[in-house]
Amino acid sequence: MTALQKKEHNPVAHLTRDDIEALGKELDAVRADVLEARGASDAAYIRKVIKTQRGLEMGSRALLLGSRWKSAFVIGTIGLTVSKVLENMEIGHNVMHGQWDWMRDSKIHSTTWEWDNASPADLWKHSHNELHHTYTNVLGRDNDLGYGIMRVDEDQPWTPFYLGQPVWNFVNACFFEYGIAAYDLELGKYFIGRKDKAVFKRDAKKVVNKIRAQVTKDYVVHPALALLTGSARRTLIANYTANLGRNLWTHSVIMCGHFPEGVETFTKTSIKGETRGDWYLRQMIGSANIHGSKAMHIATGNLSFQIEHHLFPDLPSNRYSEIAPKVRDICERYGLQYTSGSLPRQVGSAWMKVIRLSLPNHLAARLKRQKRRTPVVPTALPSQQPASATPTAA
Amino acid sequence: MTASAHTRTPSREAPSGRGTWRTHAFRLVKAATTPLLPEDYVDLFDPLRTTSQLRGRVVSISHETADAVTVTIRPGRSWRGHRPGQYTRIGVDVDGVRLWRAYSITSGPTSGHDTDGCIAITVKAISGGAVSTHLVESLRTGQVVQLEQADGEFVLPEALPSKMLLLTGGSGITPVMGILRHTINRLDDVVLLHSAPRPEDVIFAAELRTLAANGRISLQERHTDVHGMLDTAELDELVPDWRERETFACGPAGMLEALETHWETADLADLLHTERFRPALAEPGNGGTVHFTGLDRDVECDGAQPILDAGEEAGVLMPSGCRMGICFGCVLPLREGSVRDLRTGETTTASPGDGVLVQTCISAAAGRCDIDL
Ligand SMILES: Cc1cc2nc3c(=O)[nH]c(=O)nc-3n(C[C@H](O)[C@H](O)[C@H](O)COP(=O)(O)OP(=O)(O)OC[C@H]3O[C@@H](n4cnc5c(N)ncnc54)[C@H](O)[C@@H]3O)c2cc1C
Ligand code: FES
Repeated sequence: MTALQKKEHNPVAHLTRDDIEALGKELDAVRADVLEARGASDAAYIRKVIKTQRGLEMGSRALLLGSRWKSAFVIGTIGLTVSKVLENMEIGHNVMHGQWDWMRDSKIHSTTWEWDNASPADLWKHSHNELHHTYTNVLGRDNDLGYGIMRVDEDQPWTPFYLGQPVWNFVNACFFEYGIAAYDLELGKYFIGRKDKAVFKRDAKKVVNKIRAQVTKDYVVHPALALLTGSARRTLIANYTANLGRNLWTHSVIMCGHFPEGVETFTKTSIKGETRGDWYLRQMIGSANIHGSKAMHIATGNLSFQIEHHLFPDLPSNRYSEIAPKVRDICERYGLQYTSGSLPRQVGSAWMKVIRLSLPNHLAARLKRQKRRTPVVPTALPSQQPASATPTAA
Repeated sequence: MTASAHTRTPSREAPSGRGTWRTHAFRLVKAATTPLLPEDYVDLFDPLRTTSQLRGRVVSISHETADAVTVTIRPGRSWRGHRPGQYTRIGVDVDGVRLWRAYSITSGPTSGHDTDGCIAITVKAISGGAVSTHLVESLRTGQVVQLEQADGEFVLPEALPSKMLLLTGGSGITPVMGILRHTINRLDDVVLLHSAPRPEDVIFAAELRTLAANGRISLQERHTDVHGMLDTAELDELVPDWRERETFACGPAGMLEALETHWETADLADLLHTERFRPALAEPGNGGTVHFTGLDRDVECDGAQPILDAGEEAGVLMPSGCRMGICFGCVLPLREGSVRDLRTGETTTASPGDGVLVQTCISAAAGRCDIDL
């Protein structure tokens, strides 16, 4: 991918200003429909997920207290891993997005939630909600594009440092929660002297306290409790494994959101004076979905509906699957790429890009499979319709 | 009506145990459950046990009239009891959204029943009313509701008055019923003047009529569909010695206002105690944008809408209480800009940097204003 504006074949060149505004209205209508329907069943859904996750966590940790017995060890480890995945993705990420704030339940609210992760909620909310979701895929503004340690776009200048990025990426995947914490703390920005010292000190303290509490829980308190049955070592291993499993999983899911081939990036200047329609457009073609089973969707926190999530980050996650066909239909009508692939395919594609772009562009180009993407043909563009047939939002 | 300030922040600290071992044990459990609290897991089994969020379970629901029910609730362990006449706040999820309203406690002392330790509220459905219709039509036995500790100053004084007048209208009978059920054996001379549209609309009718038949109270039922609204001029005739009676009144805003004027004119204002269910409102002004400084969020607020409601509708977690300007459970500092008191129409303005405490439940924005939250 290259920044959209520099492309030979700009995938949005066929849209007139009016088309883009019509697109905005249609998406606004999709959003309004969900707001209208949102209610008791949604509230019941998130409460059920939270209850299930907490029950699973308690059960798994209880089993691990007896993990000297192998079956308890195996089942407990799997259970805890699944619980941690659920907690971070379908619950934590989405609650902190404010997807459930409308319930006015102080226990399930973006301003009160804290998650089972090294990064403190408020720092994460700032770098994720305010920066990444606002500047999605804008080169130089959205640090999620390679997290500042990788080159994931031809338009990010190459330096020899990037030769090692497949390794960085793997290390980052294994320690992903700490990677996120360092990233949310803007450690990189601090080292090059672009972050206020006092703010950094305050934030660093929060991160250290959070990490201390997390490490104490998983690697001291629970193993110590398991001493009673002689299961301390196994509990320690299980907790580490669960954290590792969760790290690898979340890292993969998040890579799939914006790194696979087919996703567009944008230049800083291109977002000046962006209208609602422009913004939607950028979110749509700057994200990629994963298709698969319902269990997979829940395990990704419905970030498998990355396109829908980026369009409507504050709509309840259980509604994304329902609006996906509508969004897809809009993409088809307006001739826009709706990027989606299976999990292995998208993970592979993202990794391939990380490996390819570790090389300078001229070498990277040789690795690129020259599979020309068939241009998407708009099936019903408002500007090409007789005025009366324009599909307008109700 | 008396205002009392409260801090409603639930305590998140360890229960103050006698020995330090308990504190240590609690700390250990907390270290094992972080970032959640131990009670978040206990909630899975027993939602009434937690100490930081008071809850209750609906034990029974019984119909009083066509549109009023009495809901009996077993409060959670941290319930501190109530004084007759006080209200509790109850939070229920209506279409998935948690809404809070105040309801007077109507139950009397119970003994030897399985409802011992329970409290009851009596709710009259208001057409279009979100919470009251939900409670009357959709609430089911066994459901868990959110509760808050009892509050309110509509209670009898320590030294019981020898002569009392109770003036009630419609659902305004509720706090008075709570008082009667607890105290009737210790009261000598009670006149109850109750107004309701028709005989069948009188809540607690049978119980009140029995009390009257037994000579415990002197009951005057007024059916306003036939006799019209109570006019204060009639009082001399209906209760000739009203001037000598300690009076407790609860009912529609118009009725309470008329009574207050009447007692003031008679120079007897301190003999009158009133309980309001809703504030009397002045003409609304223009609204504005409320900026919540801590959240860095702007919320549009029209001139007739309390900032509390506007914030909640926008998904902001607002502190709240009675929602009608008496408990101060909703106060937040106004840093800059103006708000208008919806009851009086008066505006309060803060110069930049000030922190004037304003009640968000009866204040609307008057232009742009900064509120700390
Ligand atoms: C201290 C206190 C004690 C209370 N005790 C009781 C009680 O014991 N029993 C009881 O039934 N209620 C009681 N209330 C009133 C109760 O808290 C609610 O205000 C009432 O049930 C209406 O809530 P709602 O959500 O159904 O209506 P909302 O959805 O809040 O209001 C819907 C519409 O009805 C109007 N409205 C609101 N209240 C009334 C009213 N009382 N009469 C006419 N119109 C109204 C509103 O202006 C609005 O237009 C008490 C209120 C307070 C402050
Ligand atoms: S004064 Fe009670 S909520 Fe505002």
